[in-house]
Amino acid sequence: MTLGFGILEIVVSLAAMLSAAAGLTWVERRLLGFWQDRAGPNRVGPFGTLQAVADGVKLLFKQDWIPPFADRGVFILAPAAGMATVLLGFAVIPVTAGWSVAGHLNVGILFFLAMTSLGVYSVVLGGWASNNKFALLGGMRAAAQMVSYEVFMGLSLLGTVMLAHSFSLVDIVMAQGRMWFIVPQFLGFVTFLLAGIAETHRLPFDLPEGENELGAGFHTEYSGMKFGMFFIAEYAGIVLIASMITTLFLGGWLGPVLPPVVWFLLKTGLTICFFILLRAALPRPRYDQLMMFGWKVLLPVCLLNVAVTGAAILLFSPTG
Amino acid sequence: MLSNVRTLWLTFLHLFHRSETVGYPETKPYMAPRYRARIILSRDPDGAERCVSCNLCAAVCPVDCISLQKTEDQGRWYPEYFRINFSRCIFCGLCEEACPTYAIQLTPDYEMSEYERPNLVYEKEDLLISGTGKYPDYNFYRVAGMAVPGKDKGEAEREDPPVDIHGLLP
Repeated sequence: MTLGFGILEIVVSLAAMLSAAAGLTWVERRLLGFWQDRAGPNRVGPFGTLQAVADGVKLLFKQDWIPPFADRGVFILAPAAGMATVLLGFAVIPVTAGWSVAGHLNVGILFFLAMTSLGVYSVVLGGWASNNKFALLGGMRAAAQMVSYEVFMGLSLLGTVMLAHSFSLVDIVMAQGRMWFIVPQFLGFVTFLLAGIAETHRLPFDLPEGENELGAGFHTEYSGMKFGMFFIAEYAGIVLIASMITTLFLGGWLGPVLPPVVWFLLKTGLTICFFILLRAALPRPRYDQLMMFGWKVLLPVCLLNVAVTGAAILLFSPTG
Repeated sequence: MLSNVRTLWLTFLHLFHRSETVGYPETKPYMAPRYRARIILSRDPDGAERCVSCNLCAAVCPVDCISLQKTEDQGRWYPEYFRINFSRCIFCGLCEEACPTYAIQLTPDYEMSEYERPNLVYEKEDLLISGTGKYPDYNFYRVAGMAVPGKDKGEAEREDPPVDIHGLLP
């Protein structure tokens, strides 16, 4: 692969990712509307598709206010960090066998986990630099939630890695030729899904924002395009987690008849729709319930999954 | 946990329900004939103004949005000006209830937004309509014992001729 082609690929991936994240705001509002028996945004452009553009223009023209009591440097850095980590995490996602920025990276999963962990900094620093009690509370919640859910986010993927004998995402997809990993790794799938929701702090687990008790949580003091970056980073995070789920458990681009790209987009899209459905259907748990659920239910389940998968591999492997 | 899954499923089923939204400018909701919106001043069947500027509407108005001035023409009372400030009006309909001559009436037309606030002050020309509104047959001067051109005292409907109380005849 030449350098020019690589750069082109990165640019195309970035553009696709960002426009997908922006378009997702419209998709989410529309779907939420349908699930609540109303129409959702349907005025701007055909079926309201240009709503995301209108929102973007509005955000760009808003006053970009930095509170005088905020820690200026960190305040500006935080949303950029959130955006950058999510976009970097997308580098290892293989859209198809040949189309990925770094899909063959032999530590792909570790790189992804590292990037999502770094994403915590954006939220925590944003809450800290705002110098506002609600923002700080949101940031603290985010730190506790994301750190504890990250513990078994890694563990939940171990079974997949064991089955595929590789950390490379392309290899993991290839290993799903006979059977998607959602079948042998169902527990891993469920735990990774929950961890992914907590990681992107999406609605059942959006305690860092918690509008009804914290104003807007960690981004209470943010306005204009800095808020927009948090916003887009959240949606890009959803796309990232959804494509990770597709890659790791739903067979990635593999599928009959249709071209691989279509399969990948289809599976990712349906996963995203499921994320939105979760938001439409489930209420937010209390904070202690969230931590309890993470440490007392999901972590043991993950460990059990790893143990059982390991035992099964030892039992049935031809060499063992 | 199972209840969560059930909730997810039931919410998902709403994808196939009809939307409750009424797409407003395209489909207008049904407005009952008695709906209380834009206020008008009606005319009697003969085409004359019904309002006799008794000021009851202005007196009863809880937000003081009605302002009018009486003037007189050959025994008939008219408002010299009649002004309703719709940026204050709360469309309670008390003026309509208070009106003794069915002159002031509320209509189902609610689309009266303006870009500039002064445009919400309606003068008599804006309020007067050419018809009779909800009461097609009523004519105040035909039933009231007032002398106006073409109708002297005692000539109204269901009215006896005036009695000379100083006379001795039965």
